[in-house]
Amino acid sequence: MKMLGLSNKDTRFLLIVIALTLLTPIILQPFPEGSSLAQFNAGYPDLMQRFAIFGIFAIGFNILFGLTGYLSFGHAAFLGVGSYSVVWMYKLLGYNVVPGILLAIVVSGLFALLIGFISLRRSGIYFSILTLAFAQMSYNLAYSVLTPLTNGETGLQVYTNDAQVLMGAGAPNSPHFFGIVMNESSKLNLGGWEFTFNNGYYFCAIVAILVFYLSLRIFRSPFGLMLRAIKTNQTRLNYTGLNARPYTLAAFVISGMYAGLAGALMASMDPLAGAERMQWTASGEVVLMTILGGAGTLMGPILGAGFIKYFENIFSKINDQVLHGWFAFLPDGLENFIIGVSHFFVGKSWHLTLGLLFMLVVIFLPGGLVEGGQRIARAFRNRKSKDDGAQARTQPAE
Amino acid sequence: MDAIILQILNGLDKGSAYALIALGLTLIFGTLGVVNFAHGALFMIGAFVAVTLQRIFGLSYEEVDPDKTDFLGNPLVVDKPYVEKWFGADFGAWLIDWSVPLAIIAAIPVMLIVGFVMERGLIKHFYKRPHADQILVTFGLAIVLQELIKYFFGANPIQTGAPDAFAGSMDFGVLLGFDPNVIIYPYWRLVYFLFAALVIGGVFAFLQFTTFGMVVRAGMADRETVGLLGINIDKRFTLMFGLAAAVAGVAGVMYTPILAPNYHMGMDFLVLSFVVVVVGGMGSLPGAVAAGFLLGILQSFASMNEIKSLIPGIDQVIIYLVAILILLTRPRGLLGRAGVMED
Repeated sequence: MKMLGLSNKDTRFLLIVIALTLLTPIILQPFPEGSSLAQFNAGYPDLMQRFAIFGIFAIGFNILFGLTGYLSFGHAAFLGVGSYSVVWMYKLLGYNVVPGILLAIVVSGLFALLIGFISLRRSGIYFSILTLAFAQMSYNLAYSVLTPLTNGETGLQVYTNDAQVLMGAGAPNSPHFFGIVMNESSKLNLGGWEFTFNNGYYFCAIVAILVFYLSLRIFRSPFGLMLRAIKTNQTRLNYTGLNARPYTLAAFVISGMYAGLAGALMASMDPLAGAERMQWTASGEVVLMTILGGAGTLMGPILGAGFIKYFENIFSKINDQVLHGWFAFLPDGLENFIIGVSHFFVGKSWHLTLGLLFMLVVIFLPGGLVEGGQRIARAFRNRKSKDDGAQARTQPAE
Repeated sequence: MDAIILQILNGLDKGSAYALIALGLTLIFGTLGVVNFAHGALFMIGAFVAVTLQRIFGLSYEEVDPDKTDFLGNPLVVDKPYVEKWFGADFGAWLIDWSVPLAIIAAIPVMLIVGFVMERGLIKHFYKRPHADQILVTFGLAIVLQELIKYFFGANPIQTGAPDAFAGSMDFGVLLGFDPNVIIYPYWRLVYFLFAALVIGGVFAFLQFTTFGMVVRAGMADRETVGLLGINIDKRFTLMFGLAAAVAGVAGVMYTPILAPNYHMGMDFLVLSFVVVVVGGMGSLPGAVAAGFLLGILQSFASMNEIKSLIPGIDQVIIYLVAILILLTRPRGLLGRAGVMED
């Protein structure tokens, strides 16, 4: 089962990821419509698109942070640049997303080359602060001086008097991929279940699979090995006569292009671009995702991205009514007490839950969710092998 | 000339806040070697101590005022604060008016306790972990603290006024021989600057002239050797964490009349304070203070109209631009030591 230059194990891994990604609209819709658990369903297009897009963002961030250990606090700048590029292509050429996405990758790559070239002169927290400074500068400028380019606080969007020179007469009037309109979906009703298959999601998903494959190849390549060596001991690498900076710069540019691609996909799903995408909180979010999932692992960033986006959307929707519905069977006093306590954690204050979860993960699971999964798996294996061992010992006695 | 003096004065209050937060951050980093991303949250908690105290003083009951009537001619029901009932009308009113400065007295023990609990409960377990883990766990803690404050106080800024005595502005230019009304400066900002100077001077004097401070400085230079001399350095460093928290807290208390506190003010200040610390040089206390004032004043200069028309948008990016320039020309910040935080 070797293909595409991957080993057996990796091929199997990739196939599982492909299957999971393509079946997401079904997997994330485990509860029938109208049941009390239906609000935990995440199979609606908007959220699934975000899973894929932030997955791409985090995969790219992981190539820099997970492999080289350089913690960038400014990756949101590339996200914003990607979004702006796509919307400009909409305005100038037309609603086909391809030119915009290509431009976004090129522009964010160049931008990353510039920022990386300067920031990588320093390491440790100095590097983090330099990237943060560049990103905040981009954000502040996008709001103020660059308004002709970014449309300031309103955000960049397409107006009816824009040129759109490549727009054909019958072309769709919203983002599309050679005629496949992004925000169209087909629905499938099976018994009580309703599955939504959205064009935009599948577009993002296929891009995500491609870039996941690319990151898999990078992880397994000599280049990836070199990046890990930088993380492990850069001084030692320098003493062997290797200059680490071209490698870190390459990693920085690649991860910047991933971020640009993610930003481009955001604007492909919804033809808008705003400066708030470049704010440092957005950079912080991708750091959270990568670490929560497990930095330096292949699946970690995707898990982290999915986890945070799921909680953001599902937890924040739980309101009083829902809580009353759940705890209605309890005596009134107890019901009100439990709802009062839950108030801290759901609805508008779901960030508290996120903060607590994040702290717990950092304290007890430094390797993130992936490490958690591995520990559980190991515990099961150990129990099994202990059973085997017990049998093996008892056998001779028979 | 007058414009330059005005901008320097304008930069002082923001610079004071940056310097106070950066001082606390550097104290924690220099003693415990921990990068504390929750320091902005401590600043915010301080501000909300002032808000709480103002609310406590403002607790009131309804009373019928025999002398006044409402527009229908009925006796008027007025809210009277309990403090006016307990301590007499004059002293009660004074308490309410001066609630922000008085909040310092409340904030110091509160912040010391918060600092001890944080250090003993959480930070202690992160001494040996990588800096990235410290950043992340304190970042998580900052989110939690900020959400708790949001839960209890709401998301909107809460106006908290300075005492009436400091409400107006002073004509600073007259003192220096300029024409009246050229350099106008609000009293409270002057108070804030003097207060910051006092706190910073106090911290430096404490470290420089007391035995305790000497031991702490020795510990910052070489923790192991101090430990080998039979001194319980951990206990002193915990105290220093409490002190740093208290500095951030009182900085927050006094800043409330300048900026109405809201739950994300800590995060807003944190990013800039980190830039300040790094520009000053990680682990250098004078560097943090100098960089705080430097960046505050540069920021206010950049927002002058003359400079803005020369370089558009400079006011938005000046701090980051200066940070980039300094880090590229002086790799360890203005006054930093070699080998700190470069792993």
